[in-house]
Amino acid sequence: MKRSERAALWFVLPSVFLVGLFSIYPILESARLSFYRMILMLPWLGDKYVGLENYRDLATDPVALDSLAVTLVFVGASAALEVLVGLGMALLLNESFRCRGLARAAVLVPWAIPTVVSSQMWRYIFNDRYGLFNFLLFGRATERYLAPLADARLAPAAIIFADVWKTSSFAALIILAGLQTIPDELYEAADVDGATAWQKFRRVTLPLVKPALLLALLFRTIDSFKVFDLVFVMTQGGPADATNVLQFYGYKKIFAEGMIGYGSAIAVGVFCFSLVLSFLYIRLIGASVLEKGAAR
Amino acid sequence: MRPLLRFLAIAAVVVYSLLPFLWFVLASWKSPAQLTAIPPEIVPAFHWGFYRSAVTTYGLLAYIRNSAIVAGATTAVSIAIGALAAYALTRFRSTWLRFYLVVLLCVSMFPQIAVAGPVWRILDALGWLNSYPGIVIAYISFSLPLAIWILATFFKELPYEIEEAALIDGCTRPQALKRIVLPLAAPGIFTAAILVFIYAWNEFFFALIILTSPALQTLPVGIALFPGEYTMPWGELAAASTIATLPLIALTLFFQRRIVRGLSAGAVKG
Amino acid sequence: MASLAVTNLSKKFGAAKIIDDLSFDVRDGEFCVLLGPSGCGKTTLLRIIAGLEDSSGGSIAIGDRRVDRLAPRERDVAFVFQTYALYPHLNVAENLAFSLELRGAPREEIRRRVDETAKILGLDGLLSRKPRELSGGQRQRVAVGRAIIRQPKVFLFDEPLSNLDAALRAEMRLELARLHRRLGATILYVTHDQAEAMTLADKIIVLDQGRIQQIGAPAEIYHAPANVFVAGFVGSPRMNFIDGRIDQRGIFTAEGCRFDVGGLTDVQAGESVTLGVRPEDLELAGEREAAIEGKVDIIEDLGSDKFVHLKSAGREWVARVVPETRVNPGDFIRLTASRGRIHLFSGGRRATNPSA
Repeated sequence: MKRSERAALWFVLPSVFLVGLFSIYPILESARLSFYRMILMLPWLGDKYVGLENYRDLATDPVALDSLAVTLVFVGASAALEVLVGLGMALLLNESFRCRGLARAAVLVPWAIPTVVSSQMWRYIFNDRYGLFNFLLFGRATERYLAPLADARLAPAAIIFADVWKTSSFAALIILAGLQTIPDELYEAADVDGATAWQKFRRVTLPLVKPALLLALLFRTIDSFKVFDLVFVMTQGGPADATNVLQFYGYKKIFAEGMIGYGSAIAVGVFCFSLVLSFLYIRLIGASVLEKGAAR
Repeated sequence: MRPLLRFLAIAAVVVYSLLPFLWFVLASWKSPAQLTAIPPEIVPAFHWGFYRSAVTTYGLLAYIRNSAIVAGATTAVSIAIGALAAYALTRFRSTWLRFYLVVLLCVSMFPQIAVAGPVWRILDALGWLNSYPGIVIAYISFSLPLAIWILATFFKELPYEIEEAALIDGCTRPQALKRIVLPLAAPGIFTAAILVFIYAWNEFFFALIILTSPALQTLPVGIALFPGEYTMPWGELAAASTIATLPLIALTLFFQRRIVRGLSAGAVKG
Repeated sequence: MASLAVTNLSKKFGAAKIIDDLSFDVRDGEFCVLLGPSGCGKTTLLRIIAGLEDSSGGSIAIGDRRVDRLAPRERDVAFVFQTYALYPHLNVAENLAFSLELRGAPREEIRRRVDETAKILGLDGLLSRKPRELSGGQRQRVAVGRAIIRQPKVFLFDEPLSNLDAALRAEMRLELARLHRRLGATILYVTHDQAEAMTLADKIIVLDQGRIQQIGAPAEIYHAPANVFVAGFVGSPRMNFIDGRIDQRGIFTAEGCRFDVGGLTDVQAGESVTLGVRPEDLELAGEREAAIEGKVDIIEDLGSDKFVHLKSAGREWVARVVPETRVNPGDFIRLTASRGRIHLFSGGRRATNPSA
């Protein structure tokens, strides 16, 4: 097959080129730029090599550290909630009932909606004067209405809620795939052994769906790091940087303020986080494939 | 689970999934007064004014056209390049090919900010900022990992022996690809195309930084930057959002089985 | 149809020799079976001949043409896969017609040949069905039909019957034999099933670990196996083997048995020798001197055959007896074998003189 291996190279070349140019090279370039001080759209001002100064600034920048905290809280809370809600949805969708296809389609709708549309939609619903959210909570008592997006304590919760609403169905799909690999016979055997519904869930379902749960958790964690659209549209990082997630902070630094050197340091930081997570993901697929192989 | 309990649970999940967006869609047909009414009125007045002004005042048609062109071009090229790569990756055995798949997986997890600055600079150097080629080539590159992974999953299910039979029957390799592999891979290619299209249609971050003039901006940018400081034009926004989302909802409803298969295969595949 | 000649063929995978310097030929119109256990390299060999894999050395000639550097489509061979490899998106007629269409044959001729082939294989009513609507046996016949319709120089079969159930396998075996007679085709057929090999082959090539163990007609393989491997692989139930020595008087002795083998072999007295005797060649001793005596362990009564498993001095023997024989587990029986039916092996290789 050696002749054909050379043909394989040609098949793969276009994608290698594009991925290399727009993903691999930029990462390396971001790392390089993080050692400079320069303005993005004013190249004639030149660039100045500053070594690790950007990183030192980053480590002591209170906004950056707050941003890290905000991001970690967001990632942790939304990933955990998405897996929980996803598990619930998956358990329901795993049962057979008429119109199961319709239910599944309904659950997929939030996923299909563009994130900016979803963000504007939640802005409308969270509106402090006529939003549906306030009406459902307080009825006509408009003087008690909240302004979640303008409240530094509520805004993060609002963003988390919006993210969970939109992406739990993705987690649900992954978990559902895992649930469907559990053979019916195991439940039947548990029935014969005298197990209650709760016991079946705890002792048959849960252990066997754990790989899928972990997968969904990891996937959602990696994805949550990328949150941007929600923050841009709903809060622009505010109020008072309460929702200033890392990706948004980096965007502001590079594209609003033009500080590409400093912004690249932020970018490199975020990248390292997600790299660690993606290695975990790859090890996990390896492990879950081994598990699947053993079960067979 | 007892049928009644299950019905209630399912109803709750369906309402939870659909109500928020339904509420927003209904807003697009309400009269201006209904938009801000307390208590909220559920039945809209079927007022089409917002759609009209979305088109005339806010340039909705231009956004739709741009999104269609960008998403369409991205899908076509990305699937073509991705199919070639996925075919090679599943047919030819070698360690560096497997390594490439892993690299693709890692790349798909990069946060946009990690590459945003340099990508901007590359497009600037090519003179492709704020242009169709610029955004399309960026989108193709970013959607390739997804496309390749899903296509590879489908190609793996095609037994290689069928191609060998074709080679023995007298096909050259290109003939075997055209007459045997392509027809059999069509469902997988279609699924991958749907998912890439949805990605390109919804993408916001790079559209925001690459496309700077309203004449070229796609729907997500248009919707995110809808002007309005003190009073938001919710009606027009809802109208634009409904139009922006309708094609995707249609795709999802018609092809949900394929989409589910593609997503879970792409994600769970080891 | 043409002959097939393989010369010094080898295939290495890293350091492992999958095929080790093989040479053999198949005459024009001959049905040649490659027989061997799984992993012996027979399928690899077949695929190399078809051009689906490259060899590491050696040459292949079909007719008087060297083909080992040619692509599969240029070799004019047909290959029937173990999994049939039918084109799922084409119906039976289109599957059959595929190779002809590629060559640009006129539509009339294609239709004629498809109908002809379908009739030969009993596929008449199935021409518009897709492979997934066919049973295993029907799919197998379509795979064979796809090969026949091309009128190739050589047919290559890769264990085509192994995915069928036992009854269907027996039926298809006969059909393949009839087909061969009808077409006069040159066939190279790979299988691990020795019953298939025995019934179908004009010539059997026994393969193990990439090397040829013996080439010969089925009768020769069966009655004069060249080594212990061939003797043990062909014949069911397996030949009984025991190691022992022959003394000056030509008596072979081993644990619990004693055979008179004078004149059967040229092996020196006192040297270690392996004796083999097939279950069907062991008979109840009756009045004669017993070669083996022991207690019956298990009896397999298949209706048409009866196999008696007995233990003698801790060694197990299997003997076939006439079904009417009255024997029960725990009985003490005495067996013997006629000299013409005894096989002797020295150093694993055949040591029995030809006249025996």
